Amino acid sequence: MQLDSKAPGGPIETKWDRHRQDLKLVNPANKRKFDIIVVGSGLAGASAAASLAELGYNVKCFCIQDSPRRAHSIAAQGGINAAKNYPNDGDSVFRLFYDTVKGGDFRAREANVYRLAMCSNSIIDQCAAQGVPFAREYGGGLANRSFGGAQVSRTFYARGQTGQQLLLGAYSALMRQVSVGKVEMLPRREMLDLVLVNGKSRGIIVRNLITGEMERHAAHAVVLCTGGYGNAYYLSTNAMACNVTAAWRCHKRGALFANPCFTQIHPTCIPVHGTYQSKLTLMSESLRNDGRVWVPKKADDRRKPDQIPESERDYYLERKYPSFGNLVPRDVASRNAKAMCDEGKGVGSTQLAVYLDFAEAIKRDGEDVIRKKYGNLFAMYEKITAENPYKTPMMIYPAIHYAMGGLWVDYNLMSNLEGLFVLGEANFSDHGANRLGASALMQGLADGYFVIPYTMGGYLGGAGLDSVDTNHPAFAEVENECKERVNKLLSIKGSRTVDDIHRELGLCMWDNCGMARNDAGLTKALNTIPKLRDEFWQNITVPGDQGDFNQSLEKAGRVADFLEFSELLAKDALDRRESCGGHFNEAFQTEENEALRDDENCCYAAAWEFTGVGKEPVLHKEPLTFENVHLTQRSYK
Amino acid sequence: MTKKINLTLKVWRQKGAAHKGALETYSAQQISTDMSFLEMLDLVNEDLTLSGKEPIAFDHDCREGICGMCGAMVNGRAHGPEKGTTLCQLHMRHFSDGDTIMIEPWRAMAFKVVKDLVVDRSAFDKIIAAGGYVSVNTGGAPDANNIPVYAEDAELAMDAAQCIGCGACVASCPNASAMLFTSAKVSQLALLPQGKVEADKRVLSMLRCMDELGFGNCSNERECEAECPKEINITNIARMNRGFLKAALFSRHK
Ligand SMILES: Cc1cc2nc3c(=O)[nH]c(=O)nc-3n(C[C@H](O)[C@H](O)[C@H](O)COP(=O)(O)OP(=O)(O)OC[C@H]3O[C@@H](n4cnc5c(N)ncnc54)[C@H](O)[C@@H]3O)c2cc1C
Ligand code: SF4
Ligand code: FES
Repeated sequence: MQLDSKAPGGPIETKWDRHRQDLKLVNPANKRKFDIIVVGSGLAGASAAASLAELGYNVKCFCIQDSPRRAHSIAAQGGINAAKNYPNDGDSVFRLFYDTVKGGDFRAREANVYRLAMCSNSIIDQCAAQGVPFAREYGGGLANRSFGGAQVSRTFYARGQTGQQLLLGAYSALMRQVSVGKVEMLPRREMLDLVLVNGKSRGIIVRNLITGEMERHAAHAVVLCTGGYGNAYYLSTNAMACNVTAAWRCHKRGALFANPCFTQIHPTCIPVHGTYQSKLTLMSESLRNDGRVWVPKKADDRRKPDQIPESERDYYLERKYPSFGNLVPRDVASRNAKAMCDEGKGVGSTQLAVYLDFAEAIKRDGEDVIRKKYGNLFAMYEKITAENPYKTPMMIYPAIHYAMGGLWVDYNLMSNLEGLFVLGEANFSDHGANRLGASALMQGLADGYFVIPYTMGGYLGGAGLDSVDTNHPAFAEVENECKERVNKLLSIKGSRTVDDIHRELGLCMWDNCGMARNDAGLTKALNTIPKLRDEFWQNITVPGDQGDFNQSLEKAGRVADFLEFSELLAKDALDRRESCGGHFNEAFQTEENEALRDDENCCYAAAWEFTGVGKEPVLHKEPLTFENVHLTQRSYK
Repeated sequence: MTKKINLTLKVWRQKGAAHKGALETYSAQQISTDMSFLEMLDLVNEDLTLSGKEPIAFDHDCREGICGMCGAMVNGRAHGPEKGTTLCQLHMRHFSDGDTIMIEPWRAMAFKVVKDLVVDRSAFDKIIAAGGYVSVNTGGAPDANNIPVYAEDAELAMDAAQCIGCGACVASCPNASAMLFTSAKVSQLALLPQGKVEADKRVLSMLRCMDELGFGNCSNERECEAECPKEINITNIARMNRGFLKAALFSRHK
């Protein structure tokens, strides 16, 4: 299979404009003849559904939660990047583009990233116009802060609830289209499969989570905005319902899955404290603007933090990376925290934590200023740990947070399956091997507000689609497969709970496929996962019925897919003979323990084709070419 | 300090809206005080599952106090005893060994029980669809800094915008009124220049919608404010009422 990115040639600054010029248009009167399915109502899905509906298309939007407003995007805290250069500190579209490509360790597609940087400014304008209450300066203009991997202040924010406010903005636009009848919103629905007719994506099968009924929905195109797969690791910062199901089922129907091993481990999360734990809580990266990361210089130093004098503390990020200091990118910060703990310098009862200390900032700016910036985060920390971070340093440790990998898409954000578009965290295109903070929100909204409205027209205008409805035999066939699968899950009646197996899978992934990987560990994971999958299909117990609100059944379906997907993740990690960004194979590192890329042999996106469960997938490589940035060893010193 | 405690739970079980529900008693043993309330329920559910019974259905997702999905009456209080805390952020250290805890769903005419502790809050989406937006299409927005916003107004708008749509205000109000929820959105948008243009129309139509959906009236009991996990201030209701009066008396939408 030849992978064509469809990114136009020529100067990068004008690629998107030229491409838009060349895309077919659908005239306004004809748009209402097209039906579009949008799966997901996070930033990507809500913005896409609203924008497509505004253009006149008929949109059906689906989500798992009881309301579109609860998509996982709501949890994003820190902020959203844009190249506005309001602070006059030298930012530009090119610099944002450059930082993002470099931050991604040169494993993203240049053309996509440039377009993302171009759209960033319009996003801020759009959101401000919707009434998103961004933080303001006293003069009335928008305020900015800094995030990792950048030396300019380009992050816009709404206290520590930026994702919430941006999502509520997109949700309000979506609900406005619901009220005028252009969007039909179908919450509490889980997409279980994609329906292809003559090789084109023409619909989906969903399970109504309240009644258990299988529903068929037909359309001219399907837009997948179903988020990331971090929950393959069981413990992550993702919301409980985050899953790989929709993307995985599309993969099984032929959509290529790209770079699954590019997972992001966020450096600042509340450490694990017990086996009963159901998720990990993120402490926003924005805290690293003012918090200083340190550990005791001596290993096994069990003194309380306030008893450790300055001279016996190692502010290791500031020491090792003087120019970026505490604001190095996430992969670098995470690996360093792990290295410190490996040396026995970890703190807290498990010794799997480092300090994030605000004492100096509080002394400098006063508690009030710090409270205004991070009040909700400090409160959240205190609720969970019962410790007051105004008085004693926070303890943090890395956790799985984000998926850079996802379904392969071209420049139009269409997968290799015609008519299947993939937006937001669910696709692979913009962040390479590591995502910079505050750029996922940017990507979700760029995809939904400013890319899909154009590329959808380009597709529908030229696709010459015949009319297909849910009576087409392909729908019945796929629906039956979904039903059989559900019945199978309910019929096992074994002796282990789904959570129990999920926890075991997560531990296996974290230990062998986490922050630092090696061939032995990855091989072990590849041995363990199929066994665990067999155990799952032979020995789980799922109570309740199909025709009912059944959360156990929902979970079982998702974990079943994680058990297939995780194998691909480990395989991809083993296959990539280099380290880059979030993928760190110990065999490939510099003398200073930084990720060592192999640009000669590994400058590609790995797009995997499904051949059957437990069967060897086929690898297709999309070569990545860099014409506008120079490939260098990333340095944040 | 982390401790282990033993608890008795009395949990509302109801198969569906059309079925009658009842309280069932369960024991929760060896609960770590570092657990969250939902993790405690997870543990009980694991036991129920392994003994072949159906686990307790409850809504949840982010478990960080931001999605608004979780919520139940715990000993008669929405989201439990801690101020400014969602159920997922409530930790077991606030309970003592030997406690009996009563857990029930939100109860309101406009929120039908789906199953056990899960209720249907789609009425909230309808209220937002009735006008909780600025009518601006994608594209063509002016530069964000073209319209300055008083920092104080932005702060007040943000205070209101924090509402997570959980429904605790409705569940704690003796009249099952949705005034706090509705006023939070109305206020947020009325405080910002971007939202002012449609302010009259918005407040009239959102309140009309709220009434039609069967929510009660506000009689100033202030229970909503006391139990709101995001501590949404009741002054938002006053601000909305002023906006409503002005719109009802003087605006072209009256
Ligand atoms: C705690 C946290 C903090 C973060 N902070 C930041 C930040 O400060 N800045 C930043 O840029 N990024 C941040 N991120 C990352 C960012 O929030 C996400 O990457 C982004 O919001 C993903 O948006 P999305 O629209 O792609 O998917 P999501 O918001 O995850 O939405 C997925 C949608 O798909 C639906 N769905 C999923 N599967 C199915 C299915 N099978 N059937 C039907 N519907 C389905 C869900 O119901 C949901 O509506 C953060 C992430 C986390 C976890
Ligand atoms: S006002 Fe408070 S209690 Fe009511 S829905 Fe909003 S956050 Fe929940
Ligand atoms: S689960 Fe999201 S607010 Fe409680």
